[in-house]
This record gives sequence, structure tokens and C-alpha cells, in this order.
Amino acid sequence: MNSEPGIAIRDVVVEHDGFQALEDVTFAVPSGTLMGVLGPNGAGKSTLFDAIAGVHPITSGQITLSGMGQRRGALAYVPQRDSINWSFPATALDVVMMGLSGRVAWYRGPSKHDREIARSCLERVRLWERRGALMTELSGGQRQRVFIARALAQDARIILLDEAFSGVDVAAQEGIVRVLQSLRDEGRIVLLATHDLTNLAERFDQVLCINRHVCACGPPEEAFTPEVLEELYGSHGVEFAQGNGLAAGGRQ
Amino acid sequence: MIDYVFGPFQYSFMVRALVVSVLVGVMCPVLGAYVITRGRAFMGDALAHSVLPAMVAAFLLGVSPFVAAVPAGVAIALLMGSVARRTGISEDTSIGILFAGLFALGLVMLSKATNVTVNIEDLLLGQVLGVSRTDVLVSLLLTGVVLAGLYAFHRQLVYTTFDPVGAAVSGIRTGIIEYVLLALLALVIVIGIQAAGIVLVMAMLITPAATGYLIARRFVGVMLIGALIGAVSAVSGLYLSFHADLPSGPAMALVATAFFGVAAVGKRRWRSARREEGATEELAA
Repeated sequence: MNSEPGIAIRDVVVEHDGFQALEDVTFAVPSGTLMGVLGPNGAGKSTLFDAIAGVHPITSGQITLSGMGQRRGALAYVPQRDSINWSFPATALDVVMMGLSGRVAWYRGPSKHDREIARSCLERVRLWERRGALMTELSGGQRQRVFIARALAQDARIILLDEAFSGVDVAAQEGIVRVLQSLRDEGRIVLLATHDLTNLAERFDQVLCINRHVCACGPPEEAFTPEVLEELYGSHGVEFAQGNGLAAGGRQ
Repeated sequence: MIDYVFGPFQYSFMVRALVVSVLVGVMCPVLGAYVITRGRAFMGDALAHSVLPAMVAAFLLGVSPFVAAVPAGVAIALLMGSVARRTGISEDTSIGILFAGLFALGLVMLSKATNVTVNIEDLLLGQVLGVSRTDVLVSLLLTGVVLAGLYAFHRQLVYTTFDPVGAAVSGIRTGIIEYVLLALLALVIVIGIQAAGIVLVMAMLITPAATGYLIARRFVGVMLIGALIGAVSAVSGLYLSFHADLPSGPAMALVATAFFGVAAVGKRRWRSARREEGATEELAA
């Protein structure tokens, strides 16, 4: 890849059935960033990801993804759990092979080289030994790691993970974060939407707080002012965050 | 016994029926594996019923039902996909409207078709013993088309079935893949109608595939086991049809349903045996 990936979002408005799901959203993400996207239910986190991924049209504004070239699969999306068809019997290896489907010609099966790529991606998320397990047999954290391996298999420069921590215990969350941090260190951009406010400062380089509009964007220790928390979660959010030493105002 | 098994094939109509039965038995579950995992069983049933007017029209014109049913099936499948998208009403409602409307049109056409002898029972319940040489050749050709389509689009079909959003983002044109699947479904249903009939082709499409789903661990296994059970069901149905003078559709459907019943009970027992085994091991430990 010649140039580094980047995301620039300017004045983006997205409407759902006449309702404004996102209003004048503006922010930028440089290469090599692990960003947490935070906000309450209905704040527009998934809509924002859909818009960046190009599966939901934007009403106005501009989304620029740079350093991607024309290659298919330069962006990978790990959707929420309920948009996956779990009745489909896919193994961990099957899912990673899906990430290679853009590279393998239709008339031939995967080559030895393709299998090696799939192997190294699964090894990287420490799941090669469980390659034959069905996705439904894996824990929530393991499933997320398989999806990350699929994004690696398609060599995505930008990876979007929607509610990646939902149904995943804290220890497994840390495992996911470690893998994502190593991807960030390679210059990739990782955006992770979550409700979870645990260890934000250790986990993310930047946080984007949205509640249909951008409430704050920046390093976690600066972004979380009591005003931002109140805007996101109401007064309970401020109490919770101050109890956890989260809010910038609470630390002073 | 030998006479029971091989005797029927001294008649050329039985050889033709055997070829069509095997094709139907194999092709329906292979595609049916996608139908059941994508939750499209109602679409399959609706499609089978909706080609009735085209088949009646073919009889009226004195041509092979394939000539009309294949393009009509593909067109109706595509129409069903687009009606929901364009009108904003739910997909199962729009499928239901087209299903009932077109089936009714077919029945009205049949009731007015006095100058041709169409046996409605054969059309609805299948009569594999009556397939012509042309039907066999067209079935073989369509089977080749369906197999080639499934092979060419296998990876995209798998990806879009498991994770439609992830597939769309990775660059797969999910809309086109959906239409490809619907077109292949239409072709398979038209092949299947000859043997199983409009009403019961569903049994061949989903029941053997569902049996495969109970037994196999991976998706390709669902297809292969489904195809094996489908072929055995179809050929058994053919024998029942010949020896017991049954309409072929119900005979095949009953055999396929029996296989499903055995697999469902067997799986339940296997699961509870495994649970007991686990509990005993825990106690021993």
C-alpha cells in the first residue's frame, strides 16, 4: 500500500424515513488510529458505520476514504451480532476464507497460498486450533476474533466493528483490544462502536462521542467532560463516569 | 425382488422417469440448502405455484411446459424480489399476493381450457412416468446450467447468506447474487415440478436439505447429504408410483418426510445420549 489510509467526514447528514439519524457530523481519523465510537442506544453509531461502509446513502455532506486504492475489500465491516445468519453452518476457517473471496477466481478453489493466508490470519488471533469449530460453538470474544481474522484476510486498511464488546466478558474484551492495537500499529484504522465505558483511556487512542451529532472527539482523557457525559447519558452517566475516574472534569 | 427393482426399466418411459427423478432428487436439495439457511421456503413454494399460468399456456399452445415455465419462473422470481423493494410492503406479503393471484389465474385458465386435455392432478401432484424425451433433455440441460451457476457463485452465495452486510461492504454485489439465486431457484423448481408437482415440489426442495442440515456439520455436507437423501426419496417415490399406482409427487414427499422424521428422532436421541455420557463422566471425575 503506497499511501496510508484516512477517513475524513464533513457535515454528514443521514436520514432514515424522514428522521435525521445523524446531523452535521464532522470528524477525521488519521492512519494508525484505534478509535472508540461511544453513545447511547439510537445515537446513530451503526448508521455512521453504514454510511462510512457505503451500505447506507448519506443525505448530504462528504465522506472521503483515502489511501484505499480501487481494491475491493480495503474496508471491512464486522456488523452487530443480530445481522449475522447464525443458522448457516460456518466454521471459523470458512468465515476467514470468506475474506479471500474477492481474490480467488470463480473457476478455481482456494490455492495453497490462500490457505496459508487464512492460517496466518487465524494464528494471529490465536484461533488456528479452533479452525474447525462452528461459529455457534465459539464464545462471543472468539467470534469477534474470527471476524477480525476475516478482515485481515481481505487485507482491510479500515476496519469497522459494531458493538464488538456486546456479550463479551472483560477478559475477552482485552484479548480483542490487544489484537486491534496490533493492527493499529501497522497503520490501519480501527473504529469500534461500544456502550462499554470500561478502561477507555487504556483501550483507545481517540474516542468519538455521538448522540446523533458529534458531542466530542479526541483522546479519551480530554473528550470526557461532565458536559459531554451528560449530553450522552444524562446525569447517571456523569455519576458513573466520575465514580470510575473517567470524566475529565471529575479528575481535576 | 430383482424383477421388482429392474423389471420396470424394460419400459423406456421408466428409464426417462428414472433420469428425471435422480436429477430432481439431487438438484432440489442442493439449492434447497440455500433456501433453508436463507429462510426462503415460502418464496420457493410461492414460485412453484406461480408458474401454473405459464404451464397452462404452454399446454394451450401445444408446446413443452418448459418453454413457458422456465422464462416465466425466472421472471416471477425477479418480480417477487423487486415488488417488495418498490412498494415498501413486507416481502412475504408481496410474495403472498403474487403467489395467490398467479395461481388463481392458472386455475381459471385451466377451467376454460376445454379444447386441450390437461390433467390437473398431474400438474399439481406430479407425474414423472409421463415425461417425454424432450423433457429429459431439457432437464439435463437446466441441471447443467444450475450446477454451473452454483459453482461459479458458490463463494458469493455463502458469504451473502452468512453475513449479508459484511459481504456487501467487501464489494460483493449482494442484489445481483440474490437475483442469481432466485433465477436458479426458478430453474430447479421447474425441473422439480415434473416429478413432484406444483404443490409438492417444496417437499423435494426443503425436506431432504433440512434432513441434511440435521446430520451434516458443514454447509457442503448439508448439500451432499441432502442430495443423497433427495435422490433416494425421488427414486423410491418412482417405484411406489409404478408399483402402487400412486401419483409420484406424494410418494416422493412421503419418503422424504420419513427420512426427516428418522433423522430428527435420531438426532434427539444422540444428543440426550451425549448429555448422559457427559454427566456420567462428570460423576466419575
